[in-house]
Amino acid sequence: MHDYNLSHLDQLEAEAIFILRETAAQFENPGLLFSAGKDSIVMAHLARKAFYPAKLPFPLVHVDTGHNFPETIDFRDAYAEKIGARLQVALVQDSIDRGTAVEETGANASRNKLQTVTLLETIEENQYDAVLGGGRRDEEKARAKERFFSHRNDFGEWDPKNQRPELWNLFNGRKQPGEHFRVFPLSNFTEMDVWMYMQREGIELPSLYYAHERDVVTRNGVILAVSEFVQPAAGEVVERKRIRFRTMGDATITGAVESDADTMEKIISEVAAARQTERGNRADDKRSETSMEDRKKEGYF
Amino acid sequence: MDLLRFTTAGSVDDGKSTLIGRLLYDSKSIFEDQLQAIEESSRRKGDENVNLALLTDGLKAEREQGITIDVAYRYFATPKRKFIIADTPGHIQYTRNMVTGASTANLAIILIDARKGVIEQTKRHSFIANLLRIQHVVVAVNKMDLVDYSQDVYDGIVEDYKSFASRLDSIIDIRTIPISALNGDNIVERSENMPWYGGSSLLDHLENVYVGGDENHVQARFPVQWVIRPQSNEFHDYRGFAGRIAGGVFKPGDKVTVMPSGFTSRVKKIHQDETELGEAFAPQSIAMTLEDEIDISRGDMIVKANNPPHQSQDIEAMICWFSNTPLLARNKVIIRHTTKETKAIVQAIQYKVDVNTLHKQEDSTDLKLNEIGRISLRTAAPLFYDSYQKNRNTGSFILIDPRTDETLAAGMII
Repeated sequence: MHDYNLSHLDQLEAEAIFILRETAAQFENPGLLFSAGKDSIVMAHLARKAFYPAKLPFPLVHVDTGHNFPETIDFRDAYAEKIGARLQVALVQDSIDRGTAVEETGANASRNKLQTVTLLETIEENQYDAVLGGGRRDEEKARAKERFFSHRNDFGEWDPKNQRPELWNLFNGRKQPGEHFRVFPLSNFTEMDVWMYMQREGIELPSLYYAHERDVVTRNGVILAVSEFVQPAAGEVVERKRIRFRTMGDATITGAVESDADTMEKIISEVAAARQTERGNRADDKRSETSMEDRKKEGYF
Repeated sequence: MDLLRFTTAGSVDDGKSTLIGRLLYDSKSIFEDQLQAIEESSRRKGDENVNLALLTDGLKAEREQGITIDVAYRYFATPKRKFIIADTPGHIQYTRNMVTGASTANLAIILIDARKGVIEQTKRHSFIANLLRIQHVVVAVNKMDLVDYSQDVYDGIVEDYKSFASRLDSIIDIRTIPISALNGDNIVERSENMPWYGGSSLLDHLENVYVGGDENHVQARFPVQWVIRPQSNEFHDYRGFAGRIAGGVFKPGDKVTVMPSGFTSRVKKIHQDETELGEAFAPQSIAMTLEDEIDISRGDMIVKANNPPHQSQDIEAMICWFSNTPLLARNKVIIRHTTKETKAIVQAIQYKVDVNTLHKQEDSTDLKLNEIGRISLRTAAPLFYDSYQKNRNTGSFILIDPRTDETLAAGMII
């Protein structure tokens, strides 16, 4: 008898596809959060596999802060078209115009926190009862206790102390009217797994992930790209550096790393040697020790 | 590279967090910024040493109270294997968390304090591992540094454990290792402090233990999860049955029966997106097409015709109760089993198990939070199942409260 063993990437893929299909089956109106970041690209790739040869049975949803790199937006639109998916864009600017979100002021102002308002508004407006996210448990300590099917009350809040136990492959997506679920198919992937999977599958990424030259400033130890959203403050020096991004967030908060890795192979060796977590240069996580848990409780991704 | 999922149960005093911290640290899975963050937070609390437990205790409430209250998942990898740790609290009031962590594990690490030997907690953790059918157990006799690395102490504990464990029939492989998590003895490298120990280090064992036989590759089971109907011109007549294989091996041409309808057909093709497979086995996620047009929907099960599962509305099972409201006979619940959901009524509570002594209490009239017992269920629609002993996927279920939607219990069919 031959050996019926699956590699770890095959096991993670089988699990993620199972979760994606389970979401389509258990909910009436799911949406898949798509930011054109690598985790959401991997999730969309898996979703395409899960329902092939049919199209995705749910739309891609982007909560757009308006502070994205243009490369990100171009990639987003081209990708949705390529896989034939419906794309729904929710603009943080609309929430600000409505007065439901208020722009932060000061030197570290960002629209990161405001995304929660827009996300919850778009969930309510479109009556999404499940929102698929690319969150991984290895990213951050509050995420380590996140469920695959994570229940949210009718205010969109997460109650980490009162989570439903998850056993075997049995997921309980039952809910009361007004409540919804966040679903995380990539829960058991690590950053390294995501890169190895992308390499194996030949997944294309926005150019920002690869090393390139860019004007940057260094602020609180974080390298930020100079753009229409990030201008050097008094005393800050603009430098030209060879950098790449390990995560894809707002231009205002996403720190770059100095790097020569301009191919996926080089990035993988860089990730393997990395001594800092990938969110280590996200200014939004640095606000306090439990800033991720606090934001997640309110309804963040 | 393959994958090993293991669970650890223990309380702060057992050195469980130190052990996990040690595994993460020695496999270089702790990043500088994580280490800095916990150094800073240890300093703020006035701890003398860097408290590695802070790495594993993620929630605010846990950090405030210094305890683990939930299951946390940790990841590390060596060049040989990727590991997922389900890190669970060890006290009796967290039995449900231990059961949850154990449900997806191939291996359990049971920690024994060398100064205390085999205690109630050891038996409880072993009982849960056995109940959840974890076939591989590592008994890590920790804090050997505090008993002068004595072989006599270790041998005594091993003998005690083995005589107790002879009653645990699911566990087929028990490995005992003397360690000191604090000093790193026998964690990654063989310890020079214990030359009398001839076995492998903990990490070496975790890297090499064979767990390929844990899935059932004999009885072919395919619970239908979703029906793929593209409704496009190119794939006009395509009807693919999507799901995750729960047992056995399927090949194109296999004669299959669909439950509950009883119709038979043959497997036409097996797909993983564009790729056609020559065979598919548990736990792959695939899509299958059949030669004949049969009405099949979510909750149905495609099985090989010569080897069907049991089909019944009367289910005998061991359950662990998760809710603050005790279970009583005649309670009505929703049961979720494979991809099927149906109503059920609890006919009787047969007995509960004292998880410390493993004694059966036959006169029980209820099951309270964290208690484990045997019940009889009557379901509204028949289930297609195997015993949990034979197949974890088709022998497990959860119970759900129809009023509050909360998950009430985990069940294992006898």
